[in-house]
Amino acid sequence: MSARDAHLVLADGTAFEGHAFGAAGTTVGEAVFTTGMTGYQEVVTDPSFCAQVVTMTAPQIGNTGTTEEDDEARRPFLAGFVVHELSPLASNWRSSQPLDAYLADRGVVGIAGVDTRALTRHIRDHGAQLCAVGTEPVEALLERARAAPPMSGRDLTGEVTCDARYEWTDGSGEWATGRGAADLHVVVIDYGIKRNILRCFADLGVRMTVLPASATADDVLALNPDGVFLSNGPGDPSAVDGGIETARALIGKRPLFGICLGHQLLALALGARTFKLKFGHRGINHPVKDLTTGKIEITTQNHGFAVDREGLPAGVEVTHVHLNDDTVQGIEHPASGAFGVQFHPEAGAGPHDSRYLFQRFLDRIRAAR
Amino acid sequence: MLLGSGPIVIGQACEFDYSGTQGAKALKQEGYEVVLVNSNPATIMTDPQFADATYVEPLTVEIGEAIIAKEKPDALLPTLGGQTGLNLALALAKAGVLERHGVELIGATPEAIEKAEDRELFKAAMEKIGLNVAKAVVAKSLEDAHAFVGEIGYPVILRPSFTLGGSGGGIAYNREELDHKLRWALAQSPTSECLVEQSILGWKEFELEVIRDRADNFSVICTIENIDPMGVHTGDSVTVAPAMTLTDREYQRLRDAARAVITEIGVETGGSNIQFAVNPEDGEVIVIEMNPRVSRSSALASKATGYPIAKIAAKLAVGYRLDELINDITGTSAAFEPTIDYVVVKWPRFAFEKFRGADPRLTTQMKSVGEVMSIGRTFKQSLQKAARSLEIGRGGMVSLRDKVDYRERVAEIRALKSVDGAAGSPPPAKLELPPPTDDELREAILELVRTPLAERLWTLMDGLRLGLTVEQLHDATKIDRWFLTQMQELVDAERALEAAGELTAPVLRRAKELGFSDAQLAALRGVEPATIRALRAEHGVAPIYARVDTCAAEFVAHTPYLYSTWGRGSEAAPSDAKKVLILGGGPNRIGQGIEFDYCCVHASFALRELGYETIMVNCNPETVSTDFDTSDRLYFEPLTFEDVMEIVDVEKPYGVIVQYGGQTPLRLAVPLSEAGVRILGTSADAIDRAEDRERFDELLTQLNLRRPRGGIARGREEAMKVAEQIGYPLVVRPSYVLGGRAMEIVHSRTDLARYFAVALEAAEGRSQVILLDEFLRDAIEVDVDCVSDGDEVVIGGLLQHIEEAGVHSGDSSMVLPAHALPPEVLATIRSATRALALELGVVGLMNVQFAIRGSAVYVIEVNPRASRTVPFVSKSVGVQLAQIGAKVMAGAKLADLGLRHEIVTKHVAVKESVFPFAKFPGVDTILGPEMRSTGEVMGIADSFPAAFLKAQLSTGLDLPNEGAVFVSVRDEDKPAAAELSRKLSALGFTIVATGGTVATLERAGVQATRVNKVYEGRPHCVDMLANGEIAMVINTTEGQKAIRDSYSLRRATLMAGVPYFTTIAASSAAVEAIESRRTSPMTVRSLQEYHRGVASSDA
Repeated sequence: MSARDAHLVLADGTAFEGHAFGAAGTTVGEAVFTTGMTGYQEVVTDPSFCAQVVTMTAPQIGNTGTTEEDDEARRPFLAGFVVHELSPLASNWRSSQPLDAYLADRGVVGIAGVDTRALTRHIRDHGAQLCAVGTEPVEALLERARAAPPMSGRDLTGEVTCDARYEWTDGSGEWATGRGAADLHVVVIDYGIKRNILRCFADLGVRMTVLPASATADDVLALNPDGVFLSNGPGDPSAVDGGIETARALIGKRPLFGICLGHQLLALALGARTFKLKFGHRGINHPVKDLTTGKIEITTQNHGFAVDREGLPAGVEVTHVHLNDDTVQGIEHPASGAFGVQFHPEAGAGPHDSRYLFQRFLDRIRAAR
Repeated sequence: MLLGSGPIVIGQACEFDYSGTQGAKALKQEGYEVVLVNSNPATIMTDPQFADATYVEPLTVEIGEAIIAKEKPDALLPTLGGQTGLNLALALAKAGVLERHGVELIGATPEAIEKAEDRELFKAAMEKIGLNVAKAVVAKSLEDAHAFVGEIGYPVILRPSFTLGGSGGGIAYNREELDHKLRWALAQSPTSECLVEQSILGWKEFELEVIRDRADNFSVICTIENIDPMGVHTGDSVTVAPAMTLTDREYQRLRDAARAVITEIGVETGGSNIQFAVNPEDGEVIVIEMNPRVSRSSALASKATGYPIAKIAAKLAVGYRLDELINDITGTSAAFEPTIDYVVVKWPRFAFEKFRGADPRLTTQMKSVGEVMSIGRTFKQSLQKAARSLEIGRGGMVSLRDKVDYRERVAEIRALKSVDGAAGSPPPAKLELPPPTDDELREAILELVRTPLAERLWTLMDGLRLGLTVEQLHDATKIDRWFLTQMQELVDAERALEAAGELTAPVLRRAKELGFSDAQLAALRGVEPATIRALRAEHGVAPIYARVDTCAAEFVAHTPYLYSTWGRGSEAAPSDAKKVLILGGGPNRIGQGIEFDYCCVHASFALRELGYETIMVNCNPETVSTDFDTSDRLYFEPLTFEDVMEIVDVEKPYGVIVQYGGQTPLRLAVPLSEAGVRILGTSADAIDRAEDRERFDELLTQLNLRRPRGGIARGREEAMKVAEQIGYPLVVRPSYVLGGRAMEIVHSRTDLARYFAVALEAAEGRSQVILLDEFLRDAIEVDVDCVSDGDEVVIGGLLQHIEEAGVHSGDSSMVLPAHALPPEVLATIRSATRALALELGVVGLMNVQFAIRGSAVYVIEVNPRASRTVPFVSKSVGVQLAQIGAKVMAGAKLADLGLRHEIVTKHVAVKESVFPFAKFPGVDTILGPEMRSTGEVMGIADSFPAAFLKAQLSTGLDLPNEGAVFVSVRDEDKPAAAELSRKLSALGFTIVATGGTVATLERAGVQATRVNKVYEGRPHCVDMLANGEIAMVINTTEGQKAIRDSYSLRRATLMAGVPYFTTIAASSAAVEAIESRRTSPMTVRSLQEYHRGVASSDA
């Protein structure tokens, strides 16, 4: 581990000391925190963190190293990674590379030794804001932080989506929690998809064609799928004009299911609004109530924007709510069979309480036939 | 109706007072009428204010039914009272009591309890949901086990059914061990069943604390990882929360499994603890066991996360769903999973030094007597903090090399017979070895760490210091490399600190971040701790305080539940209120346990009532005092001078209470006082006057009070001389020790010479000074608890010991009010107590121990502090002594508090002690001046015999109604024994006795059957016991030889679960109790009823 002194400087001028690890250099992005105690590698590789500098509130990171099996994307897209204490050793039977080297190889700037609790409290109290991380002087970092583009209004899906259409067949292997042999074809639009979503569909026997974020409704319908899935992804949903347009054009044509950004795009396409949360929901312990069953599920969340309950158009129903702040966590448009959830039923990292939603989607598809 | 867990025993401690108190509070809050039953008077839960009717009664089916018949509860909640509560509930259900009285069992159904607890049903349930369990067979006989081992080979794990803390369990490596241990295990199991299980030694061990509601909502409150791999009982393992070495995939696999387990077992409204083993080579998971109730681990999980499991479980049991409940700390939903941004370490505390001959190896049967928890932002901080919280004289992960010769230790461990129970094998003679070479030490350590022992982590640190590698130590221990690497970092830091030129601010800060205490740094640098403290003050290196908030700072925490760490932005936010710091008792140990926590909690209640802000400092996760809503503020911190002073610096309290937490805070009285901290109540000087031998003698002389003749001796020669002057027998002890450690009665010169070696060992070479006192043979001891405001003294209770002098007061049974003492003796005791309190200037509580011989009253000991008997006295007389004491410390006067005179009740309360001997095969059970009990029970009734009977029942021993009584007594007891035997004969018992006693009995006209002493050939008395032919034993002995000779008798008695009395006084109490049961059936009455009786007779 390198002992180069480094800083994380927030746009409001607050600076946090630490030391550099991972890739050398300076990075800028929106400072956010996530509270999961397990799954740092999944966080690092979740494309929804694109352009964000992510702080782990869990204090000991890197203990179990990394393994390709747990990658959620072809490479990390997050802007930077902030930890309290980095383990000098990777201790796990599956580990193939320590976190430090993993990040260095993949060009991710990290900072360790940060008082992450103080940083988290600052973000909590003052809201998410831009920051810079690096070994440059604090003043230089502050300048860079202030010059960085704000998250609101940014469409980042183009940066994280796949280059071209592809098929996906890999399941979760020994980690699968469900099995099925659904003879269905789903087109997945990749706005920055986590592989665990694809694995969950694969486990149920679904055949998938994945299209880049630029896919239009015509592109989708040309494949004549049984259903369409709108993936998670980074950035401000209201800026993803193409995605909203595509969703709008598909509503009523095929059963739709959206997760996170996909859910927001669906909501926007149906005429709802989205807004930016003060510091977002990021973690794997968020309680959500399924209003259709009354059951509570502990969910994985990673979002800075949410669907506004005010002004939901007629015909759109709220199916899931967050128990802590009552935000909208799921919607449904019964007329078209479209539905979406703000949280991550695929988990990766996180609990498997919500995996039923994949089956629910397949049930909708069958009902629509 | 709520059931408690009874007395504190190994495996069941304060945590069930914590859970029961939370449960009772939660249910009362919901408007339920609460009936509470627990035989342990030292609990907060049995305070009358926490229930509508509180029964301090034996936890038996008979008594349970009597209470149910009287109180007619609608429901019984058994899941907060540990294994004891659960077993009683199950027994009540099986006996048809619940059905007969229309009582609904809530929290867990009998079916769920059976399914979780019965090894075979559990195994079947796990297989049904596709989870692996270790290959195992339920053995009812040796043959069953042999057949199984024939298939899978050794080693195998033994887990008896329905026992507590793994009682009776163990590991067998060969046929001889298997046969021996299985017999023991079958004897320990109430159903005579034992699971013989495939060994998964070396696998990693994890626990999940989970809750589930009736709507099938489920959440994991905490994940705990054991540093010690499989093979060591989780209660004896050093554990860490959250899990440190699991990837998310592996963790979620455990979570899914836990959910499947609790669902299949059918716990629908409450908490459970589920244990897993994970193969470090390939991640394979095996379910070990499940507790369908709150547990020690759930108390730990509650303290570790801030999520009050017992309270939530109680609310779920009465019908709430998780999403209807609120997280008190953040005001958000209780239906979530806590996430933490710190690391918690739990470290057990052991008491092997109290049990000579006990096997110190840690196995699947729990042996620790208490535990500490520490919170820090890193594992290294928490590990060091936990190490110094243990209060075993270590400032952190220090080296033991100056205390332990690892070569000798290896020899000791090798010498342990591989079969338990072969006690009496003397420890090997001290080897006279030349100073060890590093090579020898490395070799010794590599061998030693293969065996789990209480000091293993320290030994590993020494191994790393000597250059052993993480890999070598991992191979030897299977402890995850991650933990060993963390320890390696500490060792590297030590080297750097030793080598550092100057302790600059950054160097100090870095050391502090790694958890080094001032004491450790001082030792590394060869300076005094005060120098380090001064240096830190100079450089402004001080800890910050962070909040335990359940959410890793995502939400604002409204509760000041704090721990120290190093970083920026303290969250202590002290107020300007007038506040009092209450120092708790630290880890439970023999001699300092729940009684002191009880007192601290009451200090907090009382001072809150007076308008003070109360601040609790403690590090024992089992306790009520460390519940975040007991005090206004809670600092979960070690009770060292350094840690307490940092809190004082931040909070600037008006004063500190040191006299309620036992010896732990009392030791801090002088240093705190010298540092300018106001000690509330009795001054540090008065405490010193009572503790310092010479000053104490002066005090007694001045007050014209008598004490046993005694002297101080430096060295063996002087001791012999002093002994001749006083005369034998003598009570002897090393000068510095506490709690009767290494205290003995010696009867002769040779005895004293032998003792000297023992004392030196206990003193670890530090001191050759011993105290010698005349032993007041056949004296009766009396404990007095009083409260004084400096002007007035009121006696809370005057407790007469049932055993004669010579048994430690913590082990002795006692009766309140004192019976059978002449009025003039009582008057002398009262006036002496008063004089002592006033002369010492006691403000608060004081305990005095007297010995009475004839009409002479001797002062044995004065403790100007809360004593172990305070809760017992308070429960009996209905006066909250601890609260009154706290209020007078804060300046109130007794008269204003309405306490004007001593209350002498018409009802009688008997305190009886419980001992952990069954956990320590081979240990002699004889009582002496060294305290060895872990807990106590109270029997309360209208007469002494009835109260004594209840107390016996509460310890788990029923007095017989018929059968044979074995009588073997020393010569001077023979007349009294004859009298007792006559009574027993009249009651229909047969008398069995050894030769000499038979002759005496026959001369007295009592029919007795002769039986051989052990050395007289077989069949002998031990054979009769083993065959179940003896129903009760009366055995008094004196002198080392007689005591040694009767050792096997005592062990056999223990194994047979037969009541056993070693003094004439206790024996006659037992006979009276047996008589009384014939004439009048046991009745039950609540404390509230007893106290109303006191109030009305007082008026």
